[in-house]
Parts: sequence; C-alpha cells; structure tokens
Amino acid sequence: MAHSHSQHVNYMAIFWWLLLLTILEIAAGYPSAGPSYPHLLKGFLLVVMAVTKAALVAMYFMHLRFEKVALGYIAMIPLILCVFVVLMTLPDF
Amino acid sequence: MSQAAAAHAAEPAETPLTPESWGKLGMWVFLAGDAMSFGTLLAGYAIMRGTSKNWPVPAGVLGIGLTAFMTFLLICSSVTMVKGLDAIKRGDQKSLVKFLGLTVLGGVLFLGMQAYEWTHLIHEGLGLTQNKWGAAQFGTTFFLITGFHGMHVTGGVIYLSIIAWQGSKGAYSAHSHNAVEIAGLYWHFVDLVWILVFTFVYLL
Repeated sequence: MAHSHSQHVNYMAIFWWLLLLTILEIAAGYPSAGPSYPHLLKGFLLVVMAVTKAALVAMYFMHLRFEKVALGYIAMIPLILCVFVVLMTLPDF
Repeated sequence: MSQAAAAHAAEPAETPLTPESWGKLGMWVFLAGDAMSFGTLLAGYAIMRGTSKNWPVPAGVLGIGLTAFMTFLLICSSVTMVKGLDAIKRGDQKSLVKFLGLTVLGGVLFLGMQAYEWTHLIHEGLGLTQNKWGAAQFGTTFFLITGFHGMHVTGGVIYLSIIAWQGSKGAYSAHSHNAVEIAGLYWHFVDLVWILVFTFVYLL
C-alpha cells in the first residue's frame, strides 16, 4: 500500500490502539472492581483514555495532524468551552 | 448586482486554513459548532449527575457488552471510511464504493442495535421522565444524548449513501474527491463523539 501521498498513516495501527484502549476502558470501568478501587482513580483513568482515543481519531482519521495549526485551534474551542462550563457550575455542586 | 459581483471577485480563490477546498473549512466550522452542542449536553449530564443524590451506577442499568460492540462497530466503520478515501486518492472508484458501502453498513448496524437497546430499556422502565433505578434525569439525559448522537449517525448514513451513489456513477477520481474527504470528516466526528458518550454515559 506504499503509494505516494503527502500523508503516510498506518490506519490499522490506529485501529488496534483504539481497540486496545476500548478494552482497557471497559476493564477500568467495570463496576465490580471492589471498594479498594477509588472512584476518583476510575474517573481519571477513563477520562484520560477517552480523550486519548478522541485525539487519535481527530489527529489521524480526520488528518488534523497534517493540517494547518490554526485549524486545530478551531477544533479545540469546543473543548475549552466544555471545560469552562463544567468549572463555572462547580460551586453549585 | 454589481455589488454582489464585486464581493464575489474579492473572495480569495483558496482558504488559508484548508487550501484544498472551502467546503473542508466549512465542515470543520460546522463540526466545531456541533461539538459545542454535544459538549453542553455532556456538561449538563455531569452537572445533573454531580448534584443528584440517587444517580444509578450506569453500568448497572445499561448493557455495557452491547454498547462496547457498538463502539467497536463505529471504530471499524471509521477505518473503512479512511480506506475508501485512500482508494479514491489512488483513483480506485470500485474500492471507494465498496468501502463506503461497508461504512454505511456499520452505521446501519449501529442504529439497529441502538433501537434494540432503547426498546429493551423502555420495556424495563426507563423513560424520558421515569427511571425505576433512581433519578429520573438519568433517563432524560440518557435518551437525549444517545438520541442526539443516533440522529447524527442517521444523517451520516444518508450522507455517505449519497456519496457512495455518486461514487458508483464515477463522480470522484484521483484528482477530484474533496466531497469524499469532507463526508469522512463528518463520519469520524460522529465516531469521536460516540467514544466520549460511551465513556461518560456508560462507563463512568
């Protein structure tokens, strides 16, 4: 499949990473892990893995890694807004 | 009229952000807006859950096995989508249609499983305003978020079917395939959102 493109992405490698992270996520999110497994740690692990998977899709499947940096800024704006919305409402918790 | 013509002439021929096409920039801007819709839905979910005293453990109510498989399906359909784009970049119209067909199939299977899941949960007693496992808002947010995403999958299935149909008529080639790339951006975004929904609504 070695054709002359400007972007050389091994899509199957991305696929296996996504699959591996999904399996790890299910393992980390499984409810019967017991009380020794703190909820905060579970949340942290799941968020890190989900964001990694989302970043892999955006960077390689959507080719964001090969686009102009400013396009990445456009893509980042919703994420910043989302974090901001949650932080703004934290005092109500 | 002349004013409109002058405005048209002043428009630069290519966008500085996506030199290939304006359409690609348009799709990115649309997706950024769409991501804000999903973002606020998920943030709203976090706030309702955080302030609720009887939020059920999602994995105890929702079937993780089925949705894990749905996640797998969408990831696979993203791979077939990029393979389709790769094919048309080589000028392989037949493979483009084949891979787009597989992508659409993945989307249709996803929707079928979601319909099954919804039917099952509604029979079990989960509704927009009722939830026998605890906070009613659990049902509200669940159906809103997965429903909003399901609508996006439905839109993607129609969108990609049209691209595949055009592709089968020879509309795309090694030198002209912007529409395929743009449709792909939409499809991968729907996959990306599901990755987040699966984590925040099902696993967390």
